[in-house]
Amino acid sequence: MIRAGILGLAALAAATAMATPPSLPLPNDAAIAGQAMPATLAEYGFFADAAAQVPADRVTPFRLNTPLYSDGAEKLRFVYLPAGAKAKADGENLLGLPVGAALIKTFAFEENGKRRLIETRVLLHRADGWLALPYLWNAEQTEAKLALAGARVPVTTPTGEKIDYRVPNKNQCKECHGLNGVVTPIGPKSRNLSAEWLAGFAKAGRLDTIPAVATRLPLWEARADASTEAAARAYLDVNCAHCHRPGATASNSGLDLRWEQDDPRALGVMKRPVAAGRGAGDFLFDVVPGHPEQSILAHRMNSLEGGVAMPELGKATRDPDGIAAVEKWIAGL
Amino acid sequence: MIRIAIAAALLAAVSTPALAATHQVAAGDGAQTRLQEALILAQPGDEVVLGEGRFMLDDGLSLDADGVTVRGAGMYATVLDFTGQQGAGEGLLVTSDNVTLRDFALENPHGDGIKSKGADNIVYQRLRVTWTGGPKETNGAYGLYPVESTGVMIADCEVSGASDAGIYVGQSKGITVRNSVARFNVAGIEIENSRDAIVEGNMVTGNTGGILVFDLPSLPVMGGGNTIVRNNLVVANTTPNFAPKGNIVAGVRRGTGVMVMANDGVLVEGNTIVDNPTSGVMVVAYPMKFDDKTYNPYPRNVVVGENIVSRVGYDPQIDGKDQLLAAFGGSLPPVLWDGLSQDGTVALKVDPSMTGWTLGLAAQGGGISTAEARPGPLKVGVPAVGFALTGAGAPAELEARLVP
Repeated sequence: MIRAGILGLAALAAATAMATPPSLPLPNDAAIAGQAMPATLAEYGFFADAAAQVPADRVTPFRLNTPLYSDGAEKLRFVYLPAGAKAKADGENLLGLPVGAALIKTFAFEENGKRRLIETRVLLHRADGWLALPYLWNAEQTEAKLALAGARVPVTTPTGEKIDYRVPNKNQCKECHGLNGVVTPIGPKSRNLSAEWLAGFAKAGRLDTIPAVATRLPLWEARADASTEAAARAYLDVNCAHCHRPGATASNSGLDLRWEQDDPRALGVMKRPVAAGRGAGDFLFDVVPGHPEQSILAHRMNSLEGGVAMPELGKATRDPDGIAAVEKWIAGL
Repeated sequence: MIRIAIAAALLAAVSTPALAATHQVAAGDGAQTRLQEALILAQPGDEVVLGEGRFMLDDGLSLDADGVTVRGAGMYATVLDFTGQQGAGEGLLVTSDNVTLRDFALENPHGDGIKSKGADNIVYQRLRVTWTGGPKETNGAYGLYPVESTGVMIADCEVSGASDAGIYVGQSKGITVRNSVARFNVAGIEIENSRDAIVEGNMVTGNTGGILVFDLPSLPVMGGGNTIVRNNLVVANTTPNFAPKGNIVAGVRRGTGVMVMANDGVLVEGNTIVDNPTSGVMVVAYPMKFDDKTYNPYPRNVVVGENIVSRVGYDPQIDGKDQLLAAFGGSLPPVLWDGLSQDGTVALKVDPSMTGWTLGLAAQGGGISTAEARPGPLKVGVPAVGFALTGAGAPAELEARLVP
């Protein structure tokens, strides 16, 4: 049943990519690639119907096989390419998106049986690099305004927890999206996109070639069918490795949780913490094989306390599924 | 030709902003949003000026614009109060270069106080980070925390209550920590995996350990050394260790004055080291096993010059302390060496005015107080007169940014 749903979603995404009706509005290239920081999301024209998250022309929805956990928020992801532009495949790595392209991600929670949009984050590829901006939706769901300083919004998560959901400020975007000092996309790596979607994107003329992917990140909902290691490593790659890698926010920790990293010590196995402070709890190593209950990695994923909790941003609730996947992996090491 | 002229004009426009702006931010309603917006909108050369009073903040702040000065009305007049902080790993995060932070305080950040990462040529002056409940394991880890940076000046600051280190400089070079106060932290001042540091004129008291200079394995930046620790007051560091035990500092013995571990070229002189019950100056190899082939666990070329030392080593947190105290006549000599050195290098030289003892360990990797210890008086060489390390300290340009 889950599988059918996923396939349906992929098919929908592919269909949208390939057969966009000509009557749809076009996004505003000047707003996307210009110098200004537009005050409202509407100025970009990414959506034919923003409240319903119906994309405009040349705006293609996609999903990630294993997504980043954000307090259980539903996420709607889109990529925009200007007229005539193509994304460039780079093996199983991040798709190369040209200047003028944009990535759009809306975060939503269910409220009274309806989807409530909270924020839409945009990543704009401008001539001087990528710019990340957060837009906060109003209560009426009629408009999303630039929220440079971020915000907190009370929401109820899918598991019924009432939280002050954090909309990041502009700088905090860079804490996750910063690599070697510049803002960079994280999500759309070929290995974390479905083969069907990539094929459809290429067939629609938006991708230069269908990239070869040796090992694809497992579909999160179907992780039971994947190996324990693949599920856990995919989760760590997507949720942690944008900081825990060379050149990124947590590079000084020496912990490298990327999918492509295969040195056990870099992955935290019997690695002592450096500047974990009290985040280490009473534990000595990031990962103790066979013992998730003694591993700092799991300890910090399980915590909600500032200074201990990991990730530091974008988390007010524990992710029981992610924790279970990582703990199972550590237990089996 | 015209093209070149235009390019030059553009370059000039970029490098010298027409007019630096001042962004005033007052305490009061909406301080979180107003202050964070000011930090985001600041351009190179701008100042963000914080008014007097208490800014009640519920999230971490961050600055990512080069060349910005953030200044308040004084380290007791402008207080960024993070007691109600909900998110982020630090109170203020700086990720841009040539930033100056001055004249304000942070209280009770849930993680670190001010962290600057990859932020070259940063000045911290007259900043205070205080965990107001005193030493507690639940306090944040580091007060002032520059890491992976070249050019760090910390002057006239004050940090208390950090559950790891009050002032922690890691994986950096060109560092000065001066005239600052670190008290009631686990470690007062820590220089880790860093080079070319001067730690001088500081008051370091009430911590578990005073001033620590060391290298750890398996980090992106290693090979620390060329560091001077001089003219500090290292007094009454008697607080029991309250660090969570996974931390390297959880192994610091209560009452350690100055500790040098696994570093190359460290000068300790002119300090006043009083009432540190474990040791005045401790020079040791990294005590644990490691498998990083690029890591050198031994102290090399450490010089302990003349220091004023009294009332140390009277209650050492070391196995077999009763026998040791009896053997040394009631208290241990000021300088403790574990006895380990890299083959072919000199671990330590000590001025004749100082006495010392050695644990006489036979091998690295078994901890610093093992059953194999063969304690005895210290017999090491005498340093050359005028031993001086060169090239240490923050660049002169940072000195010039300090205000009286």
